[in-house]
Amino acid sequence: MSQIDIQESIYKRNDELAAELNQEFTCRGIYCVNVLGAPGVGKTSTLIRLLPLLNALAAVIEGDIESDIDTEKLKKLGIQAYQVNTHGACHLETPVIQQAADALGLKAGFLFIENIGNLVCPAEFVIGEHMKLLITSVTEGSDKPYKYPLAFEKADAILINKVDLAPYVDFDEAYYLKGVRALNPNAQVFRISARNDEGIREVATWLNHRARPEA
Amino acid sequence: MHELPITQRIIQIASDAARERGAKRVTKIYVVAGDGSGYMPDSIQLYFDLISAGTLCEGAAVEFEAVKSMLKCEQCGRLFERKPFDFTCPCGGQGRPTDIGREFYVKSIEVENEPD
Repeated sequence: MSQIDIQESIYKRNDELAAELNQEFTCRGIYCVNVLGAPGVGKTSTLIRLLPLLNALAAVIEGDIESDIDTEKLKKLGIQAYQVNTHGACHLETPVIQQAADALGLKAGFLFIENIGNLVCPAEFVIGEHMKLLITSVTEGSDKPYKYPLAFEKADAILINKVDLAPYVDFDEAYYLKGVRALNPNAQVFRISARNDEGIREVATWLNHRARPEA
Repeated sequence: MHELPITQRIIQIASDAARERGAKRVTKIYVVAGDGSGYMPDSIQLYFDLISAGTLCEGAAVEFEAVKSMLKCEQCGRLFERKPFDFTCPCGGQGRPTDIGREFYVKSIEVENEPD
């Protein structure tokens, strides 16, 4: 019987692969956005409104446990999209993104990865992205930063979707923003509605600049 | 399903290390899992018992070491334990997240060696 010292992070292998993929994206002029958010928060709907306002081509990798409903929706609108099904797994990891990116034959521009609808483990795994975009909504309630702190802490930009519904739900925006600011003083916060386009142009302008600050 | 891919990685890391040393089998795996890592030891153990079958880790015990999540106060600089729904320091200042409590790594393993 003997003891072996290891001290190896359980994320290490994924982190290394993600760093390689991120470098490959950068070299090919691809700006990769990891889109996080709960089921039904409006991830696909937001992308549908946002993509036409970007100043470069944009493709989408759709992550879902099952089905290709969102991919078909995007393709019908002429958006290049590729479906990844995890068959139960609750987040995407780097190797599947590598395969999906190869299958898409990406050109320079934006790549959005719509992660599995879940605020927990998608925040724990980097998958080659340049930034994380967290989509939340007024209908989810204002306590989410306190309940799922990691997703809020890791986000570079946070959207508050469905603001058109704010008059009908008890969303305490001050409490929500207090939690966001405690966790992440630097994240950009946008109030949007993917239903009536409110705030979408501001997000697009910010993303265009973020992807190509020199342009 | 949350703990499944993570458990696969733990088995991989432990098996690789054991194989490198020419060990016959892994008997114990020490994992440090901070309270803020988001992983449940019981659930990891459940998957572990199922998927370690046929690997060098079959039958091994997994021992978890917990680490409390700590925030750092912006005002007084103190490290303090996070309470649910609150990021406020006992001094009234605002706490910021730290990496303490987020640890998630395989610390060491115990192995049984081949008889000489």
